[in-house]
Amino acid sequence: AMEDVSAKFVSQKISRTRWRPLPAAALQPPDLFATGSWDNEDNRISIWSAGDLENAGLNGEYHGEPHLLCDIQHNGDVMDMQFLDQERIVVASSTGTVTIFRHHQNNQTLSANHRWEKAHYHVDQDTSCGGAACTGVVCSNPEIVTVGEDGRINLFRADQKDAVRTIDNADSSTLHAVTFLRTTEILTVNSIGQLKIWDLRQHRNEPSQIFSLAGDRVPLHCVDRHPNQQHIVATGGQDGMLSIWDIRQGTMPVSLLNAHEAEMWEVHFHPSDPDHLFTCSEDGSLWHWDTSTNVSEKPSFLHQGGRSTAYLSHSTINQSVVSAWLSNDPTKDRMEITNLIPNQTLSVNSLDVLGPCLVYGTDAEAIYVNRQLFA
Amino acid sequence: TPLTDTVPPQVVPGADPSARQLCFAWGPAEVLVCETLFGRAGGSRSRCLSRSPSPSRFWGEGRAGAAAPVLTGSVAGTGEGAPSSSCVFVVRRDQDIYIQTLRKLFNESHGIFMGLQRSEEELAGKSRKAQLVQVSKNYRSVIRACMEDMHQAAVSTRDPALQGQYSTQVSILSAMELIWNLCEILFVEAATAGPLLLRLLDWVRLHVCDVDSMVREVLSSESPSKHKLFWNVVDVFVLQGRMDEARHLLSKEASANPTSMNMYKILDDLMKKMPVPSLGNIQTLTELELKWQHWHEECQRYLQDGTFASNPHMESICKILLGDEDAILEKKELMTTWYHFLVTRLLYSHPTVKPMELRFYAQSSMDLFLGGESSPEPLDMILMAAFEFEMHQVIKECSIVLSNWWFVAHLTDLLDHCKLLQSHNLYFGSNMREFLLLEYASGLFSHHSLWQLGVDYFDHCPQYGRVYLELHIERIPLSTEQKALKVLRICEQRQMHEQVRSICKIMAMKALRNNRLGSALSWSIRAKDAAFATLISDRFLKDYCERGCFSDLDLIDNLGPSMLLSDRLTFLGKYREFHRLYGEKRFPEAARLLLTLMTAHIAPCSFWMTLLTDALPLLEQKEVIFSAEQTYELMRCLEDLTAGNPDKQKFQDDDVETTKVEMLRLALARNLARVIVKEGTVEGS
Repeated sequence: AMEDVSAKFVSQKISRTRWRPLPAAALQPPDLFATGSWDNEDNRISIWSAGDLENAGLNGEYHGEPHLLCDIQHNGDVMDMQFLDQERIVVASSTGTVTIFRHHQNNQTLSANHRWEKAHYHVDQDTSCGGAACTGVVCSNPEIVTVGEDGRINLFRADQKDAVRTIDNADSSTLHAVTFLRTTEILTVNSIGQLKIWDLRQHRNEPSQIFSLAGDRVPLHCVDRHPNQQHIVATGGQDGMLSIWDIRQGTMPVSLLNAHEAEMWEVHFHPSDPDHLFTCSEDGSLWHWDTSTNVSEKPSFLHQGGRSTAYLSHSTINQSVVSAWLSNDPTKDRMEITNLIPNQTLSVNSLDVLGPCLVYGTDAEAIYVNRQLFA
Repeated sequence: TPLTDTVPPQVVPGADPSARQLCFAWGPAEVLVCETLFGRAGGSRSRCLSRSPSPSRFWGEGRAGAAAPVLTGSVAGTGEGAPSSSCVFVVRRDQDIYIQTLRKLFNESHGIFMGLQRSEEELAGKSRKAQLVQVSKNYRSVIRACMEDMHQAAVSTRDPALQGQYSTQVSILSAMELIWNLCEILFVEAATAGPLLLRLLDWVRLHVCDVDSMVREVLSSESPSKHKLFWNVVDVFVLQGRMDEARHLLSKEASANPTSMNMYKILDDLMKKMPVPSLGNIQTLTELELKWQHWHEECQRYLQDGTFASNPHMESICKILLGDEDAILEKKELMTTWYHFLVTRLLYSHPTVKPMELRFYAQSSMDLFLGGESSPEPLDMILMAAFEFEMHQVIKECSIVLSNWWFVAHLTDLLDHCKLLQSHNLYFGSNMREFLLLEYASGLFSHHSLWQLGVDYFDHCPQYGRVYLELHIERIPLSTEQKALKVLRICEQRQMHEQVRSICKIMAMKALRNNRLGSALSWSIRAKDAAFATLISDRFLKDYCERGCFSDLDLIDNLGPSMLLSDRLTFLGKYREFHRLYGEKRFPEAARLLLTLMTAHIAPCSFWMTLLTDALPLLEQKEVIFSAEQTYELMRCLEDLTAGNPDKQKFQDDDVETTKVEMLRLALARNLARVIVKEGTVEGS
């Protein structure tokens, strides 16, 4: 319900929000998250406590608004951000630099742990200017992959000074996002509507597969892979469209779902409940896509007042019995779509989901935490 | 008063008044100050540049009617300054925009503002009014939240200068809320006789906080009735009409003094019985007035028969209940402001005051309270203007004395939605609401990151909003592609084609400079900029001619329908397709495409030689690929090129070119021979 959402105005435009990962076998909901800001004269990385743990109720839910634990100055806009482990965060900067920050939990401070200056650059890495924005980062400890406006792909290891592997000119257009497909393979999306698979074991500087949107080559801004069924990939585009791809077959998306009215900035499958998907957009909306079950069997779910709920049937091309995301039976599998922010006007730049919790940040300089996503 | 502090005039740092002549130009949100040599003939002068920031004057020591931000460059003096490098200084106008804590105010109120614009007048009468009052309350609660944060910041900082700054902000915010609240009661809610007094009481209780600490001290003491400030607190409660609290305190005193029990009982009874206007009740004003008259007479009787004569405190309370001006004025320190005095006076002598009568009581209350000892400050003048229902005066005074446009812009917009400002047009054609919104939004646009908020404000200025947005949006620095995309989205949503083109061109140029041909091309495709697409295509072709292979194949192979944007781009795409067909050994298709590129004039003439050279290996294949007809066409292309070229000299002089032409002629002739034989054989067999 709406009253479970707490908001805080933070006097900086938020470009990224990320939950700190939970230790294995944790029973508690996530309690800490990080944010990064953009377009400020002084940008910051901040660590927040999701709520007041002291006053936690019997069910372990939190109360109160998020409060700041510590923050640190960051050079340039925060373009992307990812927790490497419980303590370290990898941050991509508009200056092209990639930094690992360490969160010291004993005294609540942040410090720069390691830095790859100008990991992304135009023309010449050694000149004083010419850094190219690093647009995306993904990590799987200890490996870190970054992509940028320079069309370059870097592979770093958290413990090594130099890049393990660099693919110069991997893409002739801007790479907007990256994610792991398997341990040695990554997925990238670019500004001409392409989804590419790269096999990092191979020494060829070419993608092993290219998928592409038909027609107008609308730029793709975000990508996420189904946590259990690795062949299912979701991307979000400049026109706000959600594309579902089955990378086992074809070169075009399996389904195109009309979604937001402007750029989709992030798409995330729920990590442990991947029938749920979340997207946010420049148009100021945040959508919850639910394929979990036949709608009629689950009447109470997300029908609370004030929300606009819409039903959309798949416009699928391909049949698969494995997943609701690939299914094309419009009578059986309807998707329930809920806009979680009815009256927002400015862009929702980032969201993250973990357990029952959602955190998102906006250009209206506010962060929001919803602790009972499935209440 | 809590609103007293001073900020010295700001001197523009670095602008050397002793060495240079200064000139300035007003921009939409800032002032440019430049050093100049203009008019230096009469020798150099020394200058002082200062800007008087308004808040200090506003809340300052009784200097009424302060001026708007004034920029002065005083010119005087002697000396000769040596010419050196000149500087340009930027002096910002809406200085509050840069206060970090206030960003919360700007962002949160933006949401409320947008909600108000969306809430069209579908609701009529009461529910519309309730809606508008709610909006007003929302604005106020944002101001209060900000005040809270600012107060917290003031308390937690150790830097005295910073602490001073925060405290100043707290007092400015608190004054803003005070004014807004009064405007809400008088204009938005337009409370009528009866409820009006209740609202004004709430207003005073909310804003006169100077006595709160005293009240807390007394109430928390072990035995409140023994406290030396006990009667002060009782008086505070009575003056603010907080009867229950006053009676509660009095009952403690009574139980400690059994001898005067009777006297307490009588006073308590009077206080309990006092008739007050109610919101929900349907009692008419006449009924109330009748009851009140009756009660008033009862108080009068007790006072006259000396019931309270033995206790001066209680006697004075009884006088206050009777609305005795002198008795109330004696408690000046406990009221602290003339408007508290006004409300107390109304409560005990004119509880059914009508809105239009307020102005008389307000004026006389102020005169009585200040008693000629001090002159009214700007804040007093603003409140007075509100009591006089001079809405425009309120807005004008606030514009002059406040250091931000936030307050007047939002208040005026709200009043405009209440349909209270319609008649007022300004001389330059736009109305006051729009004028103030434009000012505020311009301020936002001058800020490094708040510019996004400004867009929505411009959208709701029907007359000049669009022009302002067009002018401002072009000045947003496009530091990353992501930011450019956001600016572009704003322009595209509003069909600002000119700006869309210019943003894409800037980004395409940047990409081109960084040798990112692919990115450059996708930017010009987005802007549908054919000329630029041609330019980039030429770069691709030039690269190809120099290196013999294509860069950025992933892009060129996937041009799709965007290929049709410019002829050159079409050619690039088709030419690359030829190479692909050739690479896949689909020779007849490749040959046909190659020929079409020339005969359909898709290829630029300058490229024909390259195309003909590309034909060479096809002519040399074992298999005959070009038909006789196609060979003739190729020959004609070659002859057109060599003959029709005005630069004929070039072909004769250049050995390499001559050899190439000779080789081509030979190859074409041989192919023709082969194809005649082949076609003859096929037809003959």
